[in-house]
Formats: sequence, structure tokens, C-alpha cells
Amino acid sequence: MSDNAINPSALTRRQFTATAAVGAVAASVGLPARSARAATPLKLGVLLPRSGHLALIGQACQRGAEIGLPMLKDLGYSVELMNADTESNPDVGRTQAEKLIREGANMLMGCFDSATTLAVAGVAEQKGVPFVVNIGAEPKITEQGFKYVFRNFPSAGMLGKGGLLLYKDMFAASGVTPKTAVLLHINDSFGMGMLGGINALMPKLDLPFTIVETIAYDPKARDLSIEVAKAKAAKADFVMTVTRLNDAILLVREMVKQQMDTMGITSPGSPGMYDKQFLKALGKYADFCSVNIPWFDPKQDMATALSKTFEKAFPDESCDLNVGFTFEAVLIAADAHKRAGSNDPQVLTEALRATNIEKRVMLGGPIKFEANGQNMNLRSAVVQNLNGRPTVVLPAESAEAKLVFPAPAFKSRT
Amino acid sequence: MDASFFMNVTSAGLLTGLVYGLMALGLSVIFGVMRVVNFAHGDMMVVAMYAAFLMFTKLGVEPVMALPVVAGGLFVLGYLLQRFLINRFLGVTEHIQFLLLLSIAIIITNAMLMVFGPDARNIQLEASFESYSVGPLILDKVRVIAAFTAGGVAALLWAFFRYTTTGTAIRACADNPIGARVVGLNVEQLYAITFGIGTACVGAAGCLLLLLVDVHPHLSSDYTLLGFIIVILGGLGSLGGALLGGILVGLSEALSGALIAPSLKSMFSFGLLILVLLLRPQGILGKKP
Amino acid sequence: MIGSLNFSDQSTRLLLGLLILLMLAPLMAGDYMLSIMITVLLQAYLGMSWNVMMGFAGQFSLGHALYVGLGAYASGALFVHFGTPPWLGAVAGMGVSVAFASMIGALGFRFKVMGVYFALLTIAFAEFTRVLFDHWGWVGASSGLFLPVSNRSHDDIWLLRGSASMFYYVILAMVAGGFLFSRALLRRRIGFYWQAIRENEDAADALGIDVFRLKMIAVIISAAMTSLGGMFIAFFNNNLYPESIFSMHRSIELILGTIIGGIGTLFGPILGAVVLTALGEGLTILGEKIGIDGIKQIAYGACMMAILILKPGGLWPWLRHRLGLDGGAK
Repeated sequence: MSDNAINPSALTRRQFTATAAVGAVAASVGLPARSARAATPLKLGVLLPRSGHLALIGQACQRGAEIGLPMLKDLGYSVELMNADTESNPDVGRTQAEKLIREGANMLMGCFDSATTLAVAGVAEQKGVPFVVNIGAEPKITEQGFKYVFRNFPSAGMLGKGGLLLYKDMFAASGVTPKTAVLLHINDSFGMGMLGGINALMPKLDLPFTIVETIAYDPKARDLSIEVAKAKAAKADFVMTVTRLNDAILLVREMVKQQMDTMGITSPGSPGMYDKQFLKALGKYADFCSVNIPWFDPKQDMATALSKTFEKAFPDESCDLNVGFTFEAVLIAADAHKRAGSNDPQVLTEALRATNIEKRVMLGGPIKFEANGQNMNLRSAVVQNLNGRPTVVLPAESAEAKLVFPAPAFKSRT
Repeated sequence: MDASFFMNVTSAGLLTGLVYGLMALGLSVIFGVMRVVNFAHGDMMVVAMYAAFLMFTKLGVEPVMALPVVAGGLFVLGYLLQRFLINRFLGVTEHIQFLLLLSIAIIITNAMLMVFGPDARNIQLEASFESYSVGPLILDKVRVIAAFTAGGVAALLWAFFRYTTTGTAIRACADNPIGARVVGLNVEQLYAITFGIGTACVGAAGCLLLLLVDVHPHLSSDYTLLGFIIVILGGLGSLGGALLGGILVGLSEALSGALIAPSLKSMFSFGLLILVLLLRPQGILGKKP
Repeated sequence: MIGSLNFSDQSTRLLLGLLILLMLAPLMAGDYMLSIMITVLLQAYLGMSWNVMMGFAGQFSLGHALYVGLGAYASGALFVHFGTPPWLGAVAGMGVSVAFASMIGALGFRFKVMGVYFALLTIAFAEFTRVLFDHWGWVGASSGLFLPVSNRSHDDIWLLRGSASMFYYVILAMVAGGFLFSRALLRRRIGFYWQAIRENEDAADALGIDVFRLKMIAVIISAAMTSLGGMFIAFFNNNLYPESIFSMHRSIELILGTIIGGIGTLFGPILGAVVLTALGEGLTILGEKIGIDGIKQIAYGACMMAILILKPGGLWPWLRHRLGLDGGAK
């Protein structure tokens, strides 16, 4: 372990932050301190957009980080959260990360949005403090060559591929194979990333349908009637969407108004349609919408325990993947700390690299990180809204109910 | 792309445009009379939307019925704001006024954020999912209701400025504030009433927009900007201009979205604004300065 | 007063002391403090750039994010695609910004678009460009442009890759340069002409001042300076999104400090940046104590309003008076 502690990056760091990082450098090289600190809880700096335009999701993630703490304590983990608000602004995220490190954070976790995550990753890299990414699909996060960044969330490419492949399973399960699709996507960083993935993968994956029209819409759109009119005019068999939350509500409501009945409204992997807000706003019309997304594994005990605790504490909020992945990020951090027996960032980084967690809450194999810090063992499920509840319908071994495809017409719903 | 598609798109753009127009009327009235650019315009509308939202969820009053109450409430708010704060800043340079209203906007947005949280809220009326079918044309029911109410409120406002003593006095103030003072009009009082009328318009528009759009605190700056585009297109200070501008923006958003790419549609509004600013800076229906 | 060459001794000493203090800062401040100081200096620099146009020549722009974005994207994209060093990229960025500024200025001034209308014209151009960049694939469209991040063992000023302290010195030098440049402008004839235009354009015109040309010069200088700041942002942040770099929010943030500090003054942008950042950080800490998310922004708005009501001319003219520097530093 001591060889690891004195690595080249520690030396370079010493050269250029001769001033302030004295403490950090001493910690990364200094061995004596370690055994003395072993018993102290992990100080985990949590960076989330709790205010600003991403506040809704940031607060959901925050709940995920906090709700699991008693559970982790019972499992013998010892972790203490140091919370910071990034205000949905990468610049604030950067300074808050520096502040957390200065105040003694041993590890960082966050930040939901990719721009802030990249800004924080820069700080983590420079300081040599490990950083666990809870959510953030931007491929660059694990392609930039960062050494201290670990991501337990699929990149846009993985998300798109996993999501698209599931369409084959959907058609096999329902026995109905549509020929054409219309794709509506949000024109922002996430939407474009997904679109790129979909366009690149469609020819390779040998899917039975073609996308006849692609419609991009402005993230600031207040009203999507034109977009839906255009989609309706494409006369496709079913709808694919890449949305966030508010626009998902607008889209589906508009489809109901314009009586745009198709075989189904699906998504190859985006938030929105499984959200409690969506279900509440659209009622019966929210049913049968489906999303192919990494989801809770209903067959894992830890997942059921977590969602039970969550629903008891926050009956009005949705226990979705924001909660699940943030919880797992805390779990990963705490687990590395337990194995490392140390609060030293270098030792923690090595421990993170050796992560192997089988008992988890999300679908997929054991949590392990590749050399670039990406966890490849993540799997998407088809989550369909049935009777007002997001339900896992595929893969078959985790399914809670059967997929309904094609969906009944809007007018026939009661 | 057939004819019915274009008819649907055009009619939707037209109807939304009327509501946009009503929103911009408030901005136009305030600027036309006291030359103050209300940068907290969108924020005041968001306040009205939340008020209408509360009226519906807590008391079961539908937005169209809640409109007089909400507009009245915003009238009082605007009146007091002008009387006790903005009035002190009437003579100062534009950027100071801008900053003052910006600070009001920051306070309002964040207060809304604290009270209501960042989630988008919407209301579910019986009519929310309904539409009229006229031949191949599908008209969204709430959109039709909102547009007609907007037209009605605009007509009332026009009548007020045309036929009432106060309305005439306000027009006199706008044309010649010094002259108005000379003939003994209480200009401060009239200014406060005007500001109140401006905010009341926004209040009415907010109620109607709640039928079409989900409300969340960050909506405000978009609508402030949209309001500016509309009034400049139509001509600052002109009532008919604001409505015309609203319809133009509604139509241009709809048609550019349908013909080119929906995500480019806001660019066309800005392009239209640049064009009008350069070719006819006083706006399509505005008077020469 | 503005043009007087005899900088009073007291203010010269004050300036030198401040500079030395700032030069030594990285030795004393921690990384968190350093990154706050970079934020302050960046805001001061951008405020200074805007001040040339608004404070000196009286032309109200609310779309300066346009030049920040053009500078950032020009240098960033050239670096990503061709490995062009940022300082050369910045020259390209300045060129593009100057072209845009000339166009906006020429159109606006020729067609007599003034005051609020001119401000709205600048917003419209900035927003228009934002949507354009959102759809331009070569610069990454709305998915953003990413500069390669590499862990270099030494600071490379030519390529602007390195530690926070290097960025700190770069932005400090830019602020110092901007300050001296602004001072030189104010003291030359052009400064007087600008002031005449700012106070009364018609009168200036009647005096035979070439109003159009002088206003154009102000707009061009301001745009070029701003786009250099954009280059700094690109290389400091390493990622660019049209959504945030061209946003109206940034345009507003950019001018706040200068208005609070004192428009048309040399120290105003610096003082305003310090006050606003300190206020922001102080309120963050306060907000954490109270435990309500969002209280910070409300207090921020209220403080802004208080300053406007109490000191509408900005804080620097008042402070200058209190420090007894009225005779010298503008």
C-alpha cells in the first residue's frame, strides 16, 4: 500500500501547489497518521444542485444520500456527510468542492449534472481526492483520463445501447413488431448525447424498425403543440422520446389533446416518464408509457428495504433512480473506507479501484470499476407505468408484471 | 405534411399569440406612460400563476373565474410598488432602473422558489385533455377559452383608456407629463394607477397561461424577454401593437417550428426583433418618437 | 480631474500596496480562497470591459455574454481542432467579436436605436447567437465543447494548462492591464469626447465630435476586451455550453459589479466584484447556518436594492470620498 501512496501524481502536485496543499501532500505521503485515523468516520463531501434550475433533482438525490445512512450504519459502515449546494452552476460547484476539501473531506460525491461533475472532477484530480459520481451520463467524465473519478452510472452510449437493445425484447414479449418510429428529443447536452448514441447504434443493432422522423425541441419550450403536430404528421407506429421531466408532461398531454394514438410512448433511456410528478399530472394517461432505464432490482433485499424506508419518510416523493444511484454512491464510498481502514485519499482511491459490491440496489452485476473509473456492470430494465406505478416488466427474471404493448387508445381509458 | 397540419399549427399559434399579447400589454402600458422598463414583468406573471394555482387547488376556483381576483391583487401590488419604491427612481438613468427591477425580480423568483419549490405545477381541469374538432381542424379547448378571455380583457382595457376620465388623464400624462402637472393632474397618483393596471394585465395573462403552461419559478426570465420582443415588434406604448406583436410571435414560433426545426423557433423570434428594431424601431404600430 | 497626470501620492501608494498584496496572495491563501479570488478578478476584468462601453461612452449593452461566448468558443474550438495556442485563438476570438460588435454598433447607431432599445438589440443578438451555437456541430452544438484535460507537471502559460495559481496570475495580469488601459483611455482626448457623448449626445454632435465613430470605437474596444475574458473562461473551465456561456444571466452578472461599484470609474468594477463575491460567499455561509436553501438569493436581491437606494452612484465614489482621495483616483 505504501508504494501506492507515493505515486508520481503526488510529486507533481507538490511542485505546483507549494502553498496550500501542504496538508494534503503530507497526508498522501505521511504514513504515521493513518493508523491513528482508521477509526474515524469517512468524511464524504456531497455536492448536489439543491437550488437553481436543477433543484428538483438535486433535492431528490440529497434524500437518497441521507435516507440510507441509518441502514449503512447497521451494516457496520461509518460515514459522515458534508453537504454543499452547487446551485446548478459549475463555477459554484468548483469552489464548493475546494471548500469541502479544505474543511477536511476525504472523498467527494455528486453532482448529477455533467458540467458541474466535470468541473468538480478537475478539482478532485488536482487535489488527489477521490470522487464518486452518482449520476451523470456525459461520456467525457470517464474518457478524460481522470485517475480519481469513479462512476457508477452508465455513459450516454451505454444508456442508449442498453435501452435500444431492450426494444427487441419488448417486441418479442408482446409479439407485435412495429415498423416505424418517430423520435422526439430535447435539444440539450443530454438529449444530443443520446441522439448521437442512437444514430450510431441503430444500424449496428439490427433493430426491426426505422426512425422516420427526428424532432428536436428547445429545453425552454413552454408549449410543445407544434412539435406534437409534426410528430403526428409523421404517422409512425410508435413514439420514442428523450426527455427531462416538464417536457415529458407537456409532450404526453399534447398527444392526448391531439388524439395522437400510437402503439406506445417509449423512451430508450431518459428521466421524466417514471417520475411521481408525471404520474400525478397525467393520471390515467400516464399509464403504459415505458422507459428503458437502469432501475431498482426488485429481487435485491437492499432495494426493497431502501424503497420501504424511503416511502415511509417521504410519502409524496418518488423513490426513483436518483435516489437509488445516490444511495449506491454513498455505499461505494463507505465500503471503500471500511476496506481501506483509513481516511487517506490515496488509500481510499486504491480501495475504490478494488471495489466489488454484490449486494446492491440497482439492476446489474457486482459494482466494479474499470481502469478508467467506469462501472460496466449496469443494466437497464423496461419500466412501464401500470395502474399509476412504475413497474419493472422486463427483463423477465426481474419482472413484476407483464408488458402491455400496444397501449390502448387514450379515449378508451377509464 | 398536409393542409390540415398547417391549419392546426396556424390556429394554435394564433390562439397562443393572443394570450402572449395580453401579457405584453402590461409591459407596454407601463413603458408608454412612465418610460420605465419593467424587468420584473415575468416574475410578476409567475406570482399571478401561482395565485391562480392556489385558488384552484385550495378553493376549487377555475383560473378564468379567478382572473378578476388575481388581477385585482396584482393591481394593489403594482400600485404599492410604484408608490413607495419605483417612484423614487423615475428620473434616474436606465441602467439603475433596470437594476432596481432586476433586484425585485431576484427577490420574487427566489421567494417563489422557497414557498413552492422548484417543481413545475399544473392544474387539471375537465377541459385539459379536451379539444374541439371542426372538420380536419383540432382546436384545443383551453387554448380557445384562454384566447377569447385575453381578447375580452384587452377590449376592456381599450375602453378604459378611451372612455373613462382616469384613462384619458393617464393618456394625457403619457403625452406630456409636465403639461399634465400644469393642468393640475395628480401625476404620482396616475403613475401608480398605471403601474397597477400594467401588473393587473400581467395577472390576468398569468391566470390564462396557467391553462396552457405549467408554472415553475424559473419561467419568469423567459417571459420577461418574450414580453419585450412582443412589445417592440408591435410598438411600445401601443395597445393594438402589443396584441399584434403577440400574434406575430405566436405565429412565427408555430410556423418556424413546423417548417424548419422546432428547437430553432426562439431564434426566429429574436431575428424578427432585430429586423423590426433596425427597420422600424418604433414598432409596427408605434408612433414616431 | 480625470485626465490629471499627478496621481496623488496617497492613491499611488494605495494602488501599489494593493498590487503587491495581490501578487503575494497565492502564498498565503488556500486553494479555496484562491479560486474565490480568481472569480473576483474575472468578474472585475469583465466589468472593466463593459465599463468602457457603458461607463465611458454611455452605451447600454445587456448582451455582453455574446463576446464572452465568441472569445471562449473561438479559442476553445481552435485549440480542440487544431491545437492552436489560446493566445493566438484569443486574437481570432477578438477578431470575430470585433466583427460582431461593429455590425451591431453600425446597425444600431445608424438606425438611431438608443438607450433601452439598444440594450434589447444587444440581448437579441446574444440570444440569437446562443441558439445558433446550440445547432452548430463543429463546436459541439448543445452537447458542449470539451477541452482536453491533462495533468501537466508544470505550468504552461503559452498553452494555458496548469495549476490554479498560474490562472490566478494570468487573470491578475489581465485585470492590471485592463486597469492601466482604461486609465490611459480616460486620460486621453477620446476619454473626454466619450464623456461628452455620455452626458449629452446632441450637444457633443453640435460641438463637431464625430459621435458615430467614437461610439463605434468604444463598442469595439469593449468587445475585444470582453472576448479575451471569454478565452480565460474557456481554458479555466475546460468545458463550454452555449446555454450557459451566452446566457442573459451571464450578461447581467457581468454588469452587476460595475454598477454596484460605480459606473464610469476605474475602481468601480474591482470594488463591485469584491463586494458582490464577498456578499455571495457570506450569504452562503449564513444560508447554511439557517438551513434554508435559497435564502441566499433573496438576501442578495435585498442587499442590491439597498445599495441602489442608498448609493445610486455606486460604492466607489462614496468610498473615495471617505478615503479622502477625491483629488486623484477616478
